[in-house]
Amino acid sequence: MLMATVSCKINGKDQTLEVDPQMPLLWAIRDVARLKGTKYGCGVAQCGACVLHLNGEAVRSCVTRVTRAEGQKVVTIEGLSENNDHPLQVAWQEIDVPQCGYCHSGQIMSAAVLLRENPNPTDQDIDRAMGGNICRCGTYPRIRKAIHRAAEMLRSGGKRNGTDL
Amino acid sequence: MGGAMLSLGFYVPSAGKEATIVKTTEAEGFGVELNAWIHIDTSGKVTIFSHRAEMGQGVYQAIPQIIAEELEVNLDEVNIVFAKGDNKKYGNQVTGGSSSVRTTYKNLLKLSATAREMLMEAAANRWKVSRAECYAESGHVFHKPSKRKYHYGELVLDASKLQAPEQVTLKKRSEYKLIGKPLRRQDTRMKTNGTAIFGLDKEIPGMLYAVVERNPRLRGVVKSVDDTDALKVPGVKRVVKVRMGVFSTYREGVAVVADSAWQAMQGRKALRVTWDDTGFEHQNTEQIFRRQADELKNNEGLSFKTQGDVNAILNGASDKIDVVYQTPYQQHACMEPLNCVAHWQGDKVEIWGPIQAPDWVQDYISKEMNLPRENVIVNMTFLGGGFGRKAFMDYPHEAVVISKVIGAPVQVVWTREDDMTQGPYRPGISYRCEGVVTNGEISAFKVKMAGQNNDHWRGGPKDKPNRSTSEGLLKPYFDSIKNLSIQDIPFETPIPTMWWRSVYASTNGFAYESFLDELAVAAGKDPLEFRRSYLKDERAQKLIDRMQEVSGWKKRKKGDGFGVAITECFNSTVGQVVKVSKQPSGGVKIDRVWAVMDCGWYVNPDTIKAQVEGSIVMALGAATMHEIRFEDGLTVQKNFYAYPMPRIYDIPPIEVYIMENDADAGGVGEPGLPAFAPALTNAIFDLTGKRIRKLPFDLNTVSS
Repeated sequence: MLMATVSCKINGKDQTLEVDPQMPLLWAIRDVARLKGTKYGCGVAQCGACVLHLNGEAVRSCVTRVTRAEGQKVVTIEGLSENNDHPLQVAWQEIDVPQCGYCHSGQIMSAAVLLRENPNPTDQDIDRAMGGNICRCGTYPRIRKAIHRAAEMLRSGGKRNGTDL
Repeated sequence: MGGAMLSLGFYVPSAGKEATIVKTTEAEGFGVELNAWIHIDTSGKVTIFSHRAEMGQGVYQAIPQIIAEELEVNLDEVNIVFAKGDNKKYGNQVTGGSSSVRTTYKNLLKLSATAREMLMEAAANRWKVSRAECYAESGHVFHKPSKRKYHYGELVLDASKLQAPEQVTLKKRSEYKLIGKPLRRQDTRMKTNGTAIFGLDKEIPGMLYAVVERNPRLRGVVKSVDDTDALKVPGVKRVVKVRMGVFSTYREGVAVVADSAWQAMQGRKALRVTWDDTGFEHQNTEQIFRRQADELKNNEGLSFKTQGDVNAILNGASDKIDVVYQTPYQQHACMEPLNCVAHWQGDKVEIWGPIQAPDWVQDYISKEMNLPRENVIVNMTFLGGGFGRKAFMDYPHEAVVISKVIGAPVQVVWTREDDMTQGPYRPGISYRCEGVVTNGEISAFKVKMAGQNNDHWRGGPKDKPNRSTSEGLLKPYFDSIKNLSIQDIPFETPIPTMWWRSVYASTNGFAYESFLDELAVAAGKDPLEFRRSYLKDERAQKLIDRMQEVSGWKKRKKGDGFGVAITECFNSTVGQVVKVSKQPSGGVKIDRVWAVMDCGWYVNPDTIKAQVEGSIVMALGAATMHEIRFEDGLTVQKNFYAYPMPRIYDIPPIEVYIMENDADAGGVGEPGLPAFAPALTNAIFDLTGKRIRKLPFDLNTVSS
């Protein structure tokens, strides 16, 4: 099997990954680019723990081949903001959303795309956008509250959504 | 931890005795073993060694919040470090039974107050003033009359030369500045930007990755391995046979070791393993529950509690209630699949992982690998969920075995499918509940349980009833129900079982609280007032008052879809009221859940609310969405598509209330779970007249 060279921008930095072209982006990000914030949960696009942004879209990196990142922009939880202060991160901290915390990289990355597209989401909008992200600790009531809170911060002129780094 | 510092710990001389606090330097001389240490260095920085695992339940917040209160330091100046596994030093470290706060808070308060008193004494000595003229606040000692002050860091050297006082005065609850406040968790920021290190995120230099093909029937041995194709997969280094402990039995597997986890997974796909699956029964779920039904129908069990003469009343009754409740096998499904890093170094091994019981791992590996305990170093990372599964030795064991064989550090990575199909599971249990109501009162109450006993897997006696046979049922019922019999019928299968959040209360609670509801209906009584009449206990009475108040219980009408349940778990009692309504499509919708927690003395009300919310979500899944089933000895459910989890759109509004009293602290992480399923099914009965006696059931079709 030939190795492939994938050149992409990860969290604003140009990177070249020497990888098996079949490797899912998740494992390339975790074990080759060594960014551990994006999580493995199921490997079959069921749980959303691996959600990151590929050209601004939320994708399940566990079922996305690394080669799809060629020439593209990848943003992971580590690159969502420089100082852990994206409105969603601030809202997550204010409301103390995480328990074990394992799924929340994916939760926040999914929510970031929702808020960019829809700065004033209803509960139904949140259900649709976040239905693919499992939280076994059951922090869902707080996820909902935090997304509304972040939307409120954005509307009142908070930090701009930094997902298109 | 070198250099000048004040370093204190406590040890408990013997069971039931009060802890003694000593300086860590003295401890060595005494030859005593200290629990939980506090260090304060010359910069004033406070470091606490948390001997318990953080798996979401909030111990990472709760322990510093307790210590900062009596030590008089700012919470953000307290640095918390996970202690290594060592029960000689820290006592029991098994993070289970919702025990971290309730079993240590009194000692932690005393330890912190002792350190504060020593620092104050050091300051008073230096100023040559009376200790009474000094006070401590925000990491400083102040001399009130002269307004002079010292930072703790300036005092630690002097303080470390003083004797620890034998008696210290602890604050009254009304004086607390931190305890009892909904302070933000110290670990949240790490969990919003990907910097929290979970087991799977741990890397050490030179580390390889392994995935393991394990016997899909949970037992049995490898007959043959053809690794020809596996070894051709790029990145694959080795294929090794591995045997890991499953309690007192062993499971075999074949490990593929590679440069990356994904390459190891590819190598595994190319493996050809044949198994010898003889010598144990291949289970089917249908057959397990049929056997339980037969046992319950035909046999009496071991007596857990017997009072009065239940059988005489049952035999003489013309209209007894005689029903069977059934709860399924469940899997923990932590979001972080199992994994563990081990580095074998000849005469010692170091382990890192999401581990609930580091001291057990230390003991177990020491025994299995024939190493002295002190040469087994066990480090806890953050846990991406635990729920009981990560208090188990199989995954550290296999990591150690593989590292030893390959002579390199290795991380074993379990796929979701491995995690879901290998157990151990919450046991599936059936309950036969027989009762008689005479003149509106319970005249006979008999519950027989048939299901696997987790203790048997850990070497517990088989001639004694399950010690958790009544777990979940409030103890005052034992005083108020005169004719009562609670029994356990021993039941075995080859399927390994283990604690699952709230353990037997999670299944017992459904049986006991549904049965009590049936008895209330038979008595023609309001189900909550019916329970009240049997719970002659001040705390329970107040809990019921609060449940009625917050849920508008008394304003409801019969048939409105209200249900109630009250369960006890790990020294806390939780009452829940669930309101349901019919959906146009024929199903039932959960409109709201009200939960009232009585856990006595508590640290952080927001953590408690979060734990109860999460427990209810987990209970919703177990009651209405998923179960583990077996066919021909194989686990049927392999991933979330077959074991569906609650999603954000499934969650009803949940209101959580906490009782205020000065009782001793109870558990928090688990007790919110057991009452939900029976409160829900009791609500469905109120709405539809349909009694649900088997979990899980489908909310979408239940009323049709």
